[in-house]
Amino acid sequence: MSEQTLTLDDHDHHEHGPAKGFLRWVFTTNHKDIGTMYLIFSLVMFLIGGMMAFVIRAELFQPGMQLVDPGFFNQMTTMHGLIMVFGAVMPGFVGLANWQIPLMVGAPDMALPRMNNWSFWILPFAFTMLLSTLFMEGGAPGFGWTFYAPLSTTYAPPSVTFFIFAIHMMGISSIMGAMNIIVTLFNMRAPGMGLMQMPMFAWSWLITAFLLVAVMPVLAAVVTMMLMDIHFATSFFSAAGGGDPVLFQHIFWFFGHPEVYIMILPAFGVVSEIIPTFSRKKLFGYHSMVYALIAIALLSFVVWAHHMFTVGMPIGGQLFFMYATMLIAVPTGVKVFNWVATMFKGSLTFETPMLFAVAFVVLFTVGGFSGIMLAIAPVDFQYQDTYFVVAHFHYVLVPGAVFGIVAGVYYWLPKWTGKMYDESLGKMHFWLSFVGLNLTFFPMHFVGLAGMPRRIPDYALQFADFNMMASMGAFLFGTSQLVFVYLVIKTVRSGKEAAQVPWESAEGLEWTLPTPLPYHTFTTPPVIEHK
Amino acid sequence: MEHSSNSYYVPDQSIWPIVGAIAMFLMLGGTGLTLVDLQTADHASQSSSTIMYSGMAILIVMLFGWFGNVISESRRGAYSPQVDLSFRYGMTWFIFSEVMFFLAFFGALYYARAFSVPWLGGEGDKGLANMLWPNFEATWPLLTPPNPEMFQPIKEVMNPWTLPLLNTVLLVASSVTVTFAHHALRHGERAKIKIWLAITIALAVIFLYVQGYEYVEAYTNLDLTLNSGIYGATFFLLTGFHGFHVTLGTIILIVLLIRVMKGHFTPDNHFAFEAGSWYWHFVDVVWLLLFLVVYVF
Repeated sequence: MSEQTLTLDDHDHHEHGPAKGFLRWVFTTNHKDIGTMYLIFSLVMFLIGGMMAFVIRAELFQPGMQLVDPGFFNQMTTMHGLIMVFGAVMPGFVGLANWQIPLMVGAPDMALPRMNNWSFWILPFAFTMLLSTLFMEGGAPGFGWTFYAPLSTTYAPPSVTFFIFAIHMMGISSIMGAMNIIVTLFNMRAPGMGLMQMPMFAWSWLITAFLLVAVMPVLAAVVTMMLMDIHFATSFFSAAGGGDPVLFQHIFWFFGHPEVYIMILPAFGVVSEIIPTFSRKKLFGYHSMVYALIAIALLSFVVWAHHMFTVGMPIGGQLFFMYATMLIAVPTGVKVFNWVATMFKGSLTFETPMLFAVAFVVLFTVGGFSGIMLAIAPVDFQYQDTYFVVAHFHYVLVPGAVFGIVAGVYYWLPKWTGKMYDESLGKMHFWLSFVGLNLTFFPMHFVGLAGMPRRIPDYALQFADFNMMASMGAFLFGTSQLVFVYLVIKTVRSGKEAAQVPWESAEGLEWTLPTPLPYHTFTTPPVIEHK
Repeated sequence: MEHSSNSYYVPDQSIWPIVGAIAMFLMLGGTGLTLVDLQTADHASQSSSTIMYSGMAILIVMLFGWFGNVISESRRGAYSPQVDLSFRYGMTWFIFSEVMFFLAFFGALYYARAFSVPWLGGEGDKGLANMLWPNFEATWPLLTPPNPEMFQPIKEVMNPWTLPLLNTVLLVASSVTVTFAHHALRHGERAKIKIWLAITIALAVIFLYVQGYEYVEAYTNLDLTLNSGIYGATFFLLTGFHGFHVTLGTIILIVLLIRVMKGHFTPDNHFAFEAGSWYWHFVDVVWLLLFLVVYVF
């Protein structure tokens, strides 16, 4: 497709290697360092959020109250959601973006490297603040990760104030990170690389970053209104003053729905890189993939109220949001079709990244189908706030977003570390995760359809078997992530030297670079020549 | 795509981002402690406000340090046209994010006027809500909230054709003068830049003074407060955040004036000036919208 020339000398503006000691990580402006920190941070948060899931599933192992009191159970579900969304999935993708975008578009670094560092270092402070609420008087927020008013205003514990400021910090971090990605992609592509020659991962992040810049300020605005209601006697979410608690839901979901695409589009990008490599074919329908991404992003702004069907809204509104939501299935279907068509008649091999990618395609589609069921307003009245919803969004987030990140890590780890991971450990990690997550989340469809409500620490006896199954699956899934932690450490410490292109027929600028990667790459941009 | 022989400037390690992160943590954490103090006791403890103020102080130090770095790099010519373009894109998207921030508040105002207040008054699909406060009558501006014991009624709202109109004139004029300053800069007429920029700053400061005066008036004579229901809430949040942005913009303009006096900026290299004036036009446009939907209609 394209050929490029490569010069690795630079003009001695800066040192060639990283600085020494711990402070290197604190002061760094290098996209590789920052990407590594994001990924490690994401993994740590994934494990912390996972421990909270353990508490939830342990309590739900049997009917009746056994381990924790209901208030603490609510704090666990709330914190689990917040940490996984804002601490694990989003930083995980930003980590992949930091590592890969400059390498894939031939840029010397991110466009605004100091701001990049700031975006990252805000996060540990933000999550310190969020986690500290667990130790405060009145406990951590227990109003669910969607923090509906008035639960999160009139009836909230004092710690809600710190929750609000933590959200503010995460928002600032995300906005800056997203701006950096947009600027990098617009301004720093290698000469000759047009927008329509960008790798699909870069495209997916361009769209995601646009969504982030558009909706994170809305989240900041809504938590600011909460802060005003709590501390400054305003009445945004109080009908007694002419406001409306439902207003909160509208603004929250105006942020929240694009947010769910923020968590999945980069995974689409990762999978679109991996599947062609291991099918030894070009990605089927590049242009339609790009248009589908754009269509999904635009539609995501006009579907938010499908989260609120049961709150009561005019029939015209219900119909509009129902049809608009179902329309999203079209571009998503285009993507799934293209991935399958890419594999069709390819010479497939199933190394670990490909296993995760194929599982992504299949299981994300399961989550997508349950999403279409939920979009149908009259039936949603039945599903609302049941475990069916929990099953749905865990299917798009765990084998969707999380598998996307993990697949990307396996795919690019040999390039980042210069070492090859242990393939059989990788496969073991995959199969344990695959079995574990299906065991956890598939039964939730059944108990949800049978009427088991979410966010409840106790349940009726008829749900016992499936819940026990789900809990065992969760313990299996959670524990098997330790295999992944071990695998990464083992790769870094004692992995075998990786080849420059560890995957047969992998394409893209990142594979033209030597392994191990120099600390600074593409200080002179490569020139893309079109044949 | 720029295809220059200069490589893109990638700065070395920097201390400022981590300082900024710590500052933000202390500032917001301290503010949180202060607010919770006020919520649970009657007064803020010494330590809470100390943490908050130290955060602010560190943030100011960080801003000086970081911008100082950028200015000196810019002046020694480290930034290629490509880097300059990165800054331009960055500023554009930053302003876009600010637009979205204000959009949420405008959306809240729209929702209150079009839906929640009429519903509470008994109109439309959810008019059933009227049974909560059967005596409530929906009007806009909403002078008497549904529950006047919880949220105090307003005597009168601000007349748009007095101080707010004056403020509109001031802000529009300042947008024009900042453009004159920019033209002067492009032609290298330094004396003129200083005059036009100084006039802009003067207009901005008068605007802020008038806005402050209006708030005092609202609280003392009109009973228009944060606590007076959804009208007061949206009024103060929109004008308040706008005023905060004008304050930031004014500080930016003052810094630009100081830099002009120090001899910074050339006719073809003055991104900071342009970014400042973009920001200023942005607060102006927000005001125009705000003047229309908050005050006039």
